[in-house]
Amino acid sequence: MTMKFEQTSEGNYLLDVTGYVCPHPQIYTKKALERIEPGDVLQVIFDNPSSGESISTMCENTGDEILEKKKEGGAFIWNIEKI
Amino acid sequence: MEMAYSERRNRMWAFIILGFFALVSVSTFAYNEYYIYLSIYLWFGLVYGLALQYGRFCFSSAFRDLFAVGVARMAVGITIAIAIFAFVASLVTAQGLSTFHPAPSGIHAVIAGFIFGAGMVFAGGCASGSLYKTGEGNMNALIVVFSISVSQALFVDVGGWANKLVPESWHHSALAKGLPASINVGDGWMDQYLAGYVWNHPVTTFAKMLGWDNASALGAIVGNFLIGVLLPSALLLGVVYFVWSRKAFVRKMLKQGKEKLTLLDEAKGYWAMLSASKRTAIAGLVIGVAAGLHMLVLQGARVKFGVKNAGALLERMGFDYGISVNGTVFDPGYWYVTTQEAQWVGWMIQKTTGANYMDNVFFGYVNGIPNPAVNPADWMSLATIGGAAIMALLYSEFKFKKPTLELATWAIIGGTLMGIGARLALGCNIGAFFIRVANGDPSGWLFGIGMVPGAYVAVKFFNWWTERKMEKQGFGL
Repeated sequence: MTMKFEQTSEGNYLLDVTGYVCPHPQIYTKKALERIEPGDVLQVIFDNPSSGESISTMCENTGDEILEKKKEGGAFIWNIEKI
Repeated sequence: MEMAYSERRNRMWAFIILGFFALVSVSTFAYNEYYIYLSIYLWFGLVYGLALQYGRFCFSSAFRDLFAVGVARMAVGITIAIAIFAFVASLVTAQGLSTFHPAPSGIHAVIAGFIFGAGMVFAGGCASGSLYKTGEGNMNALIVVFSISVSQALFVDVGGWANKLVPESWHHSALAKGLPASINVGDGWMDQYLAGYVWNHPVTTFAKMLGWDNASALGAIVGNFLIGVLLPSALLLGVVYFVWSRKAFVRKMLKQGKEKLTLLDEAKGYWAMLSASKRTAIAGLVIGVAAGLHMLVLQGARVKFGVKNAGALLERMGFDYGISVNGTVFDPGYWYVTTQEAQWVGWMIQKTTGANYMDNVFFGYVNGIPNPAVNPADWMSLATIGGAAIMALLYSEFKFKKPTLELATWAIIGGTLMGIGARLALGCNIGAFFIRVANGDPSGWLFGIGMVPGAYVAVKFFNWWTERKMEKQGFGL
């Protein structure tokens, strides 16, 4: 399983880093957010719990807004709006 | 309903693990009271595992996330844990009940920290972090644990061609130490590095450097805790605040209509940074207090049984295999991670191949290679994995994760670097950094100073690597 980053529709992107451990999910999230436009929404799927803490704090620092946090069978699905 | 069922099942597994450790403790104690000594390690290990997983407590993250994603959360959490542990430890030390022994201070600690720091970023977790992540079902972390274990065991016994890399002065100095013939100290890179180089360095604490006795209120509390830990920690956090955390706080204040920050606002921002992650802060508190109590309780057990080291207890119980020439086994008296990982591999190699693994300083003279089933520190590490599994199960975060080839490669490279770094420093992020810094040993700070550029270099590498992968997906910058 390799990481997947793609545009799913106008203004919506998906980053799937399931299976990845630290520091990959947070680095890929940072890089994905750098590549989308303000107002776009990035959906991140990851299953490494500690990366969630880093992504949360990173968004607090940058001002990007986490719209939704879901947990499904040990995986985390977060929607982040780039500010 | 499906969710409720899986939660119930998780909870059941958590209790099964807890029950298993309880059963081990009770049944071994019923068999022989000396086993309580091993159980002390076990239960403190379990608490470390619970707290590490709850706070996602990882030293790798502390150094790495600052550089990789500008997140100071873990650096703050670890500093809090160190300060709390240092306070509890200083009270124990002031009473003359500390089990702590400082390590030799020298440039080798910085170099070892550099290698270890790079390794823990590659591996995706430090030595203790990999234990708790193994408990989360992360098999990549298990590969890291294996790599740390194997690389250490091989590294401490490497001789032959490696002897040619030993400076003449180390060789002579090592021979002059008059170690028992069975150690064969003139053969083996690590033996000569330890006996001919590291041991020649000064062993000290902040209290001693200031001319105070360690086991005094002045030395332990003022020297080791206030001057050796609290002051430098507060200054370091100040740097972290101004470089990484302040920007977000200023933006928040601007939103609230504040244009210029007063000194009081800055203090509020500093406090906001300290209290940003409750989970991490709570874990730091629990680890700090537990690590301090661990020393006290073990010292109590040593006094009760009239021993200075678990080697004597193992011999009394009839386990004389793998005990060092000094009659000792690895029994630090506090939290430790890597040495016991080297031991079980050393034990296995000697048992299966018949090779002599006791002819080196690390195993033969100091730590021994007892059967892992009765190795106190191995009980601690297994319980750490179990404790983390319990916490992960209770929060529905347990997930069995198979490693990919890419991640396994980083795990092996990182684990091997950590194994080598840990042996060069005589400890990992716990034994060489956390424990030493908190007990006023300057060599702990030296290891930490090395870890910073080590982590930085590895983060630079991963930045380049992930950039390449993003480009491959058609998202080059």
